Amino acid sequence: MSDKPKIAFYWCASCGGCEESIVDLAEDILEVAQAVDIVFWPVAMDFKRKDVEAMPDGSLLATMVNGSIRTSEQEEMAYLLRRKSQILIAYGSCAHTGGVPSLANQFDKEQILRYVYEEAPTVANEQKVRPQPRHQQNGTAITLPEFRGLVRSLDQVVEVDYYLPGCPPTPKLLKQAVLTLLSGNLPPKGTVLAPDTALCDQCPRKDTKPTDLKINEFKRPHWTQIDPNTCFLAQGIICMGPATRAGCEAQCISGNMPCTGCFGPTSRVRDQGAKILSSLASSVNAREPEDIEKILEGIVDPVGTFYRYSLAKSLLRAKVTR
Amino acid sequence: MEEKLAATDKLSTSKDWEPLIVAFFCNWCTYTAADLAGVSRMGYDPNVRVIRVMCSGRVDPQFVLDAFAHGADGVLIGGCHPGDCHYVEGNYKTLRRYLLLKRLLRELGIEEGRLRLEWIAASEGEKVSKTINEMVEQVRALGPLRLTRKFKEWDAELATLEVEAQREEVAVHV
Ligand code: SF4
Ligand code: SF4
Repeated sequence: MSDKPKIAFYWCASCGGCEESIVDLAEDILEVAQAVDIVFWPVAMDFKRKDVEAMPDGSLLATMVNGSIRTSEQEEMAYLLRRKSQILIAYGSCAHTGGVPSLANQFDKEQILRYVYEEAPTVANEQKVRPQPRHQQNGTAITLPEFRGLVRSLDQVVEVDYYLPGCPPTPKLLKQAVLTLLSGNLPPKGTVLAPDTALCDQCPRKDTKPTDLKINEFKRPHWTQIDPNTCFLAQGIICMGPATRAGCEAQCISGNMPCTGCFGPTSRVRDQGAKILSSLASSVNAREPEDIEKILEGIVDPVGTFYRYSLAKSLLRAKVTR
Repeated sequence: MEEKLAATDKLSTSKDWEPLIVAFFCNWCTYTAADLAGVSRMGYDPNVRVIRVMCSGRVDPQFVLDAFAHGADGVLIGGCHPGDCHYVEGNYKTLRRYLLLKRLLRELGIEEGRLRLEWIAASEGEKVSKTINEMVEQVRALGPLRLTRKFKEWDAELATLEVEAQREEVAVHV
C-alpha cells in the first residue's frame, strides 16, 4: 500500500446527506484522492469493520464521522475509529450538535418504539413484534444493536478534535479541511472549521436588517409571500442567522428561505436555542403580557424551531421528564 | 423500572431534599429590596442563592437553563416595576423573554412553577421575603428537578460501553 496519509469516512445516525456532500466534491474528489488514501468508506467501498480492527492504532490520519449516535453499534464504531485515528472530525450537524435526529430527545425510548412499531398509520404489526437485541433460532444466536435512550452528538461519546458544521457541510469546507489536515498546520483542538461570526455577517440582506427590530407578528415562510431582498426578520419570518455560525455562504437565504440554524452557534454561545429565543423575544413589539403572548403565539414550535439541529447539545439535552 | 426510580426518588425527597432556588436580582430594585429585607431583619427561607445583575434584562435565558442544568430546582428573576427600569426598556425585554422561555421550558418538561418573574421595587423588602417563601413552597410541592443526577442516569448507558472498550484494550495489550 502507498504511504499516502490514510483517511476514513463513517456514518452513524444519518440521512445520507453528509455522504452525498462528499460525493459533491465532484472533480475535486480526484484531487483529494490523489493526496490521500481513503481506506474505509462503507457507502462507497467494500471494507468491513474487521479490516478497521486490523489496522494499527493511530494509523489513520483522520476520520470524518457523520450522523448522531443513537445505537450501541454506533458507539462501538465511534470508539474503534477514535482509537485508529490521529484526528477525529465530527462531520455535519448531527455529529456536531446532535442534528435533526436529536429532536427525538423530546420523547422517551418507549414512546418512540411504540409509535414506530405499533401506532404509525402505515404499520401492520398485529403481534406487536419489536426488534430484540438478541434472538435464538435453530441454535443460532442473532444480535442487533441496542437502541439507546438518548440521541447524542459525537463528542458526547468520544473525544473529537475538529468539527465541520452544516447540514450537510459544503464541499468547499470539506476541501479546505482536507487541505488543512495535509498542510500539518493544524488549528487548536476543538476548532469548528468555519468562520466564527454570525451568518448575518455574510448575508446579502444584512443592509436591510433594522438596527432596532420590532416584531408585530411572526409569519410562517410557507404561508407568506417573501420579499427576496429584505431581511427575513424585518418581514416577521424567523431567521436563525443572528444565532448561527457563518460558512454556508447564505445558500438558503439566496434560495429565499430563512436560515434554520444548521451551522450551530459561534464559539461565544453555549445554547443556540436560548440565544435566538432571547433575541427574538426581546424584539417583540408589545408591553402588556397579553399582547406579548399573542405575538409569541406565532412561534408554533419553539423547541423544533430554535433547536432544530442542536437539541442534544443544548444545556438541557432532552425533555427532562422522560 | 422508571416508576420504581420515581418512587424511591419521592421517598428520599421527603427526608433530605430541600428546594434550591437561584435568584437573579437587579441591582437597582430587587437586590436593594433584598438588602432592605436583610437590614430590617425580615426572614426568608435559606433555600435561595441570590445573584446580583445590573438589570433583569441582563438575565440571558442561557443563565436560566444553566442554573437548571447545574441542579437548581427553581429560578426566580426579580426586576424593577414596568416603567421604573434604570435602563428604561430592560425589564420589558425580560418580560418578553420570560413568557417565551416559559413556553420552551414547558415543552422540555420543566413545570411552570419552577420559573418565576416578579417586579419588586427597592422599598418592597417584605415582597422579597414573601416571594421567596412562596416560591420555595411551590417548588417543594413540585418536588426535586435534580438535573445533574438525571444527566448521570442518562449517561449510565454509555459508561458500560466505555468499560467494555477499556477491557478490550487491556486484552489487546497483554
Ligand atoms: S447533518 Fe444533515 S445531511 Fe448530515 S446526516 Fe445529519 S441530517 Fe443528514
Ligand atoms: S436575520 Fe437572516 S435575513 Fe436577516 S440579515 Fe441575518 S441572516 Fe440575513
